[in-house]
Amino acid sequence: MHVYALSPLLAVAGSMDKPTAPSSVLLQLATVDYLILAIYFAFVIGIGWVIRRYMKTSSDYFESGRSLPAWICALGFIGANLGAQEVMGMAASGAKYGIATSHFYWIGAIPAMVFVGIFMMPFYYGSKARSVPEYLKMRFDEKTRTFNALSFAVMTVFSSGISMFALAKLLNAILGWNFDACIVISSLIVLVYIYTGGLTSAIYNEVLQFFLIVLGFLPLVLLGLKDIGGWDGLMKNLDGYSAAKGMPGAWSHSWAHMGNPADNPIGIEWFGLIVGLGFVMSFGYWCTDFLVIQRAMAAKNMNSARRTPLIAAIPKMLFPALVILPGMLAIGLYYKGGTASMPLPIAADGNPDYNMVVPAMLAKYFPHGMLGIGLTALMASFMSGMAGNVTAFNTVWTYDLYQRWFNKNASDAHLIKVGRLTTIVGLLISAVCAYAAAKFNNIMDMLQLVFGFVNAPLFATFLLGMFWRRSNGHGAFFGLLIGTISAAIFQGSTIAMGETPSLLKGGWLGIHHTFSSSMAQNFWMAICAFTGCFVGTLVISLATAPNRTNEELRGLVYSLTDKPKEEAGTPWYSRPMPLGLLVLAGALVLNIIFW
Amino acid sequence: MQLDIRLPMGLLFLILGVILVAYGLFSDPAIYAQHSLGQNVNLLWGVIFALFGGVMLFLSRRKG
Repeated sequence: MHVYALSPLLAVAGSMDKPTAPSSVLLQLATVDYLILAIYFAFVIGIGWVIRRYMKTSSDYFESGRSLPAWICALGFIGANLGAQEVMGMAASGAKYGIATSHFYWIGAIPAMVFVGIFMMPFYYGSKARSVPEYLKMRFDEKTRTFNALSFAVMTVFSSGISMFALAKLLNAILGWNFDACIVISSLIVLVYIYTGGLTSAIYNEVLQFFLIVLGFLPLVLLGLKDIGGWDGLMKNLDGYSAAKGMPGAWSHSWAHMGNPADNPIGIEWFGLIVGLGFVMSFGYWCTDFLVIQRAMAAKNMNSARRTPLIAAIPKMLFPALVILPGMLAIGLYYKGGTASMPLPIAADGNPDYNMVVPAMLAKYFPHGMLGIGLTALMASFMSGMAGNVTAFNTVWTYDLYQRWFNKNASDAHLIKVGRLTTIVGLLISAVCAYAAAKFNNIMDMLQLVFGFVNAPLFATFLLGMFWRRSNGHGAFFGLLIGTISAAIFQGSTIAMGETPSLLKGGWLGIHHTFSSSMAQNFWMAICAFTGCFVGTLVISLATAPNRTNEELRGLVYSLTDKPKEEAGTPWYSRPMPLGLLVLAGALVLNIIFW
Repeated sequence: MQLDIRLPMGLLFLILGVILVAYGLFSDPAIYAQHSLGQNVNLLWGVIFALFGGVMLFLSRRKG
């Protein structure tokens, strides 16, 4: 699932050395900054405490009682994703790749979010499934569900551990805080508000964090823009920087240099970008990952559930201004005035340390007061990244694994208890992962690779499941396996330029193709996995008997489900279709403006 | 819905806004010359935080 969402975060996590006491700290906090931090976390915990008394049934705890309005779900939908990987990682990519980083939004996220809202949500929400794996059980069979639930549970708990690790590492590096204390305190805060308030608590805090990040980072962008001489000043400096890098103009255009992988810093051509990132990876993440789908499934009715990703797409497509622009500004300022104007730490390879872009910008432009706000926003984003994973984990564990395999007749009150206990256990495992990441960097890279193999093909399963009624349980399960194996074989027989063959980097089956970057290798691996799963599911489904009758498939498959109807008099902006088209048009315009 | 999120959100941003404004009024102007291009960002942005908080509070109270 996190195959592309995770990679920038790992870059953050992997860039710093072992957690030791740093020689000099980048930021010093004043009393007012601590006060702001304390107030924020008091509110976070307070919200969990207040809503704990509304947690009466397991549905309240795991699904927010399917009662939330669309705008809250929508902000939760992007808030759950607006973790540190987005704030720190996208700024790092903005510095490294320039405007082209926006492909992750305008060709990546947006079309997929529109698709899931208009076409897939009717089945997720309408089936009354409580989780994505449960939908797979209704549509296909138990083995497909368990395969998906297990891989998802492991992945979420590791992702949460990585967030925890990256947070502790970052605070240790920039503030000199104790690594262990950061792990303990961050998990305790997340524990308290998820334990008490469940999914609602997580979503409410994602909403808070969303506004905090938007309002907290906006002045950073405005000050940076003012400093560099506005947009024109930024473009002038980026052009100077890209010319010095031997790719003239590559930092200030998103599409113009995508004809040839050698002409742009991402090292990818337009076809691999559109199909690999825009189709396979983004659809695989936004349309099948329970972490985000769970937010839409908490909506109060079908119309709200469908509008959740569509409303979320509107701020999402403007996010590059907030998360990518700081990176571009930092590199522009760095080029403009040498290290004196923008003191970016230099990494071992002689390039600026891209992962430190956000902390460096905070240190330069924010005086005490706003510094507290910026840091709180950053910490909040790490924690909501953990919380999002933990809530998805406890739901899948409780409903799809515990209730199915260990205690079929569990009472509702018992399920809440299990969910709460799972929250504790999940955070404990996350902490173990955080320490494992600190000790062995390779473990995390290895896991990310395996997640990539398992997740790359998933979208093919859902696509065939929802839109081809003849696909069946055996087809889905073995198709997934074939897709996963295709991904592994593909990775084993290719490599990125400049890498030596290894289990991690690929090429362990012999090198049959060399890509110009590991990003390109990843995109093409996803394309291969998707194709393997698609063809595998197709062939095996046709070769075996259907395992569901048409009656059983009603509400689960497109051709056997009544189209959701809007009540007469619903204004156009409350109807999914016009809203979705509007969002797509917006993304198209943005692509053209920054071509 | 049980607790309107706009209530705690409004309170939080109002409190943070007031803190920023107060700090902006009483802090040494030199820190703004050093960091934020001479702009008193705490004062300016504190007002924006407080306004946002106020609007959220108003919205949460409007329907009772």
